[in-house]
Amino acid sequence: METDVLIIGSGAAGMYAAIAAARSGARVLVADRSLIGRGGATVMAQMTVAVALGEETPDHWEHHLSDTLKAGRGLCEPALSQLLCEDAPECIRQMDEWGVGWARAASHIRQVQAPGHDRPRCVYVDFVNTGPAVSKTLRAQLQRMPEIRRTGDLLVSDLALDGERCTGAWAVHVPTGKTVPISAKATIVATGGLTRLYARNSASLNMGGDGYALALRAGAELIDMEFVQFFPIGHLAPRMVGMDPIMWDPFRYKLGGRLLNAGMEEFLAEEGKYTSVRDRATQAILKEVAEGRGTPHGGVWLSFKHCSAAGLRAAFGPVIERLAANGIDLTRDLIEVAPIAHYHMGGIRVDADMRTGVPGLFAAGEAVGGANGANRLSGNAISEAFTFGRRAGLRAAQLAARSRMPSLRESEKAAAAFPDINPAAEIVKLQQVMNEHVGPLRSAAGLQDALQRVLDLREACGALPAPHGLDPRWIDLHDLRNMRLVAECVTRAALDRTESRGAHQRADFPEASDAWQRHQRIRLSGGSVRIEG
Amino acid sequence: MPGSGISAFAFPEEAFELKADLRVWRGGPGEPGRYEHHEVPFEPGQTVLDGLRWIRVHRDPSLAIRFSCINANACKECMIRVDGKTVYACTTRLTEGEMTLEPLPNKKLVKDLVTEIAPPDERL
Repeated sequence: METDVLIIGSGAAGMYAAIAAARSGARVLVADRSLIGRGGATVMAQMTVAVALGEETPDHWEHHLSDTLKAGRGLCEPALSQLLCEDAPECIRQMDEWGVGWARAASHIRQVQAPGHDRPRCVYVDFVNTGPAVSKTLRAQLQRMPEIRRTGDLLVSDLALDGERCTGAWAVHVPTGKTVPISAKATIVATGGLTRLYARNSASLNMGGDGYALALRAGAELIDMEFVQFFPIGHLAPRMVGMDPIMWDPFRYKLGGRLLNAGMEEFLAEEGKYTSVRDRATQAILKEVAEGRGTPHGGVWLSFKHCSAAGLRAAFGPVIERLAANGIDLTRDLIEVAPIAHYHMGGIRVDADMRTGVPGLFAAGEAVGGANGANRLSGNAISEAFTFGRRAGLRAAQLAARSRMPSLRESEKAAAAFPDINPAAEIVKLQQVMNEHVGPLRSAAGLQDALQRVLDLREACGALPAPHGLDPRWIDLHDLRNMRLVAECVTRAALDRTESRGAHQRADFPEASDAWQRHQRIRLSGGSVRIEG
Repeated sequence: MPGSGISAFAFPEEAFELKADLRVWRGGPGEPGRYEHHEVPFEPGQTVLDGLRWIRVHRDPSLAIRFSCINANACKECMIRVDGKTVYACTTRLTEGEMTLEPLPNKKLVKDLVTEIAPPDERL
């Protein structure tokens, strides 16, 4: 296949990039290992989008930026944070014109107050429908643009290089196992984050850090890999299906809700409101559990029992029935919640034009590191996807307009044998190790243990053999190989950072250190993970 | 006892007393196909998708299934037939006794429980 701009991933960042690139005159190929607009993180986003629209109260993107930098604990890349905050209003209004259906109050777009924001700033689509509405709206736009070719079930296994330049990618057509070379004048990695590395996650199946592994192997740098955000109040129990585990958040915006320990005491000074930013709330919950004040499943209680049935009905809408189908009645029942891997602040290092250090290679969305520093503010993920996607699409199209179509060089790889492991089982073990030792509270001993486990998998995760038809074992091995590499980056970076800051908390180094107000950059050197800075 | 959002199927089988007997259709296009039985331990609340993932981890990693969002019913990719009804595997609860799992009958078969469900203009 040949294209001006190849976009890997069809979440909000990938689709927004496709639209921007096509509008700038490029022919675009959007490739997704899952189905278009259905497999990433965006479709699962049930929460809100932060944007200084000034619809609810006067606002300016500089205020949004100020809150973003503050939440980032001194580690935001200001140019990236600025792009996010400054461009978000235009993107949000564009989405509104495209009919996404932001919730409205009378004549204006409703904006709610979220923790860490100095004023009501977060837009959403009722009821817990922000992500699906965003995905559907963008996909409808893509379908209208003949310059954009959309291909699902196409898994990019490696970027193609000519010298140091990215010339497209090597993909596998999942249903047949056939290799598909894709020549591209410019390539955008929009594959999202890495939360599948953790046993307790709010991820989809393809959030195993593919883009980080692709970029790293192509010679790009990663930054801030130690900063994995744990969403504090992920659903823990009772077992609930058909809802994302982060679904309680929008209801806390609307109703407050109380977080209680086993002694039914509020342990965050919230007074029934929702004011605690994510890193602090996560640590407070872990502390309650560690000190024996946790719930039966190892979390804390979330209570809406102080709300009237009518108030609950107004806030939850049809979600009340979905909860009832799961046997949950909020006028009667308490919910158990606990931190859950949710987002990755780190990622591929880019400049404000979304260029990586590899010529021809761009990144967008959660795949990018730096905009959110050590802790992401509520609502910034979708804004980041829109704004970075748009910028990447534009710049990739401009590069494509002045480039020649590359031809891919057949790589001379020896056929590798399938290792003697069950990769599906190894993935589960890796997720448990990462959750236990490289999660929201870390220590040198645990991190060393995790690192050893990750390194033990290295031999089984060498060169990939060829798939045979639709080959689930091969897909697992592919995923394990990427997850292992990315897990090594996260673990090494966490081990090196001997301080606590934002989402990176060390039991053995509980204070933040001024000397550590800097990024760690990671690259692959001679096949080994190397940290700089 | 695992809660939501955690890899429940990763827990050792002796942790659960209930057993589902999953009768899973296996095969590819043009093949006669066959049914395989797997006894899957579970606790109340777990889903058919949990059971299929458990089989892949503990019994047979070659079993082909299609899903993406795991539990949220957001991706709508895990549609299969359970006891003759078209359902989402991620929202259908496991029950004790036999459950027959088959690919969608009205879609082109790819392998095992996977069918071609992408819109025609979004395929290779």
